[in-house]
Amino acid sequence: MGFTFTEIMPAWPEIFLACAAMGLLVLGVFMKTGAARSISWLSVLALVATGILEIVVVPDGGRVHIFNQLFVADVFTTFVKCLILGASAVGIIMSLGYNDREDIARFEFPILILLATLGMMMMVSAADLISLYVGLELQSLSLYVIAAFRRDSVKSSEAGLKYFVLGALASGMLLYGSSMIYGFSGSTNFLQLAKVLDADASAGIIVGLVFVMVGLAFKISAFPFHMWTPDVYEGAPTPVTAFFAAAPKMAAMALFISVLVGPFGNLVAQWQQVLVLIAIGSMLLGGFAAITQSNIKRLLAYSSIGNMGYALIGLSAGTKDGYSAVLIYMSIYLVMTVGAFAVVLCMRREGRMVEEVKDLAGLSKTQPAMAALMALFMFSMAGIPPLAGFFGKFYVFLAAIEAKLYILAIIGVLASVVAAYYYLRIVMTMYFTEPVEDLDRNVGPELSTIQAIAGAFVLFFILFAEPVVQMTNQAIASLTSG
Amino acid sequence: MWEIGLGHYLTVAAILFTIGIFGIFLNRKNVIIILMSVELMLLAVNINFVAFSWALQDLVGQIFTMFVLTVAAAEAAIGLAILVIYFRNRGSIEVEDINVMKG
Repeated sequence: MGFTFTEIMPAWPEIFLACAAMGLLVLGVFMKTGAARSISWLSVLALVATGILEIVVVPDGGRVHIFNQLFVADVFTTFVKCLILGASAVGIIMSLGYNDREDIARFEFPILILLATLGMMMMVSAADLISLYVGLELQSLSLYVIAAFRRDSVKSSEAGLKYFVLGALASGMLLYGSSMIYGFSGSTNFLQLAKVLDADASAGIIVGLVFVMVGLAFKISAFPFHMWTPDVYEGAPTPVTAFFAAAPKMAAMALFISVLVGPFGNLVAQWQQVLVLIAIGSMLLGGFAAITQSNIKRLLAYSSIGNMGYALIGLSAGTKDGYSAVLIYMSIYLVMTVGAFAVVLCMRREGRMVEEVKDLAGLSKTQPAMAALMALFMFSMAGIPPLAGFFGKFYVFLAAIEAKLYILAIIGVLASVVAAYYYLRIVMTMYFTEPVEDLDRNVGPELSTIQAIAGAFVLFFILFAEPVVQMTNQAIASLTSG
Repeated sequence: MWEIGLGHYLTVAAILFTIGIFGIFLNRKNVIIILMSVELMLLAVNINFVAFSWALQDLVGQIFTMFVLTVAAAEAAIGLAILVIYFRNRGSIEVEDINVMKG
């Protein structure tokens, strides 16, 4: 059976992005010199165009299934995809200066990011275990390559290798889970699964569900499947790390929500217990393990593990308010983390990257504007009102309390107090220690612009919190509308 | 006298999958063995899918298997490529040598 071009309208953005990525790949091969920079900007343009297309084709109200119910589009997928596209575009822009200076400016880099983004969009829109798997693998395979993109460095290739092995293990787990679910329910389609599965599902389904959750927990680097995160974050080139911490996390979390809420919506009681454990473990690990870290990329890796824990609190609440809290949390996390990495990318001394927390010493005297912005991001991550990070935490804790998960909320608050210690330690290093040596200036206008925009978002989120909350509520309403 | 049924296929697949996981975690020698273990896991899943597909009289499982096979090939290619650049930098592919960063 065929499809007309208008029938598949919700998939236009994906089709456009796939064509753009392939077109740019060909263009990059034919351009002789200086291809990297122009292909990068063209990729950013392609991502922005995809985002606009995404907003144009969004179905108003309900969910639209196309391609024999393999692909779904609604307000939720549009919301998440726009965030992913934005994070990917910023990721490419942030890599420009770094790649030039480190002599790894190749045009394949933005193309790989485009392909990873396409994979993420497929994941978010997946309405079948097959399309879920293919999307997830398209994303993962591209990410393995860019983790090892600095191919003359031991650290980068080791990061790529570790990410590959553990990522492949996670995909294997996810697939095994999918096969169990298929076998015991007779379908791979999310709509069909939602109909077939009810609260007293068979043991095979539960085993399958747990395996799928393990696979997804790997992708969002939640405890106890976090072990790749610090190494990959430290080893990968810094702009790649910044990208890893933002877009793929958002995509995997959205996938987590749509899988648990869609096909497994009737099994809340089963997955809730698992999620509570994962959330508690991630928050505590993110809080305590980061204290001893001296490398700022490792520290941010543990911080992202902790942040995933907080986001999972909202998901484990199992209510609409909880899911919408996850979306709010992830949007805010995305901006904070991009801003913090834009600062880390500015940490250069005598033309070389420095990555230790102590290299930030006395930054408030040498570069007060950047120090103030970094302090802003750190205060926000620590959850100090009235910054954006506070609202993210507030909504997830509120959802947990309304779902009567009091212990989870209490542990969350305590873990965020522990985490505040190391965020504030960075601020203390910048403001209350004497500068050892000045960091390089002139790191390029892109990074300072990104820092400033992220800083403004974090500072003024309180003013537009209301429309953001409404948007996420609308997204979740369309997700749960069936 | 022995009828080979769904249970037998699932048992074989489960055993292979477990061997794959143990191959990744217990192997201390060579990264190539890890790649083989990953492949073993994916193939174990394929046995599962085909067995279920046959038991349910439903083709979706076999279509899924085709996708898994294709992706597994791509995954192996990328894994080996990363392994090659790692070997160029480090001069060794022993699992115990992968320790520049400790985690």
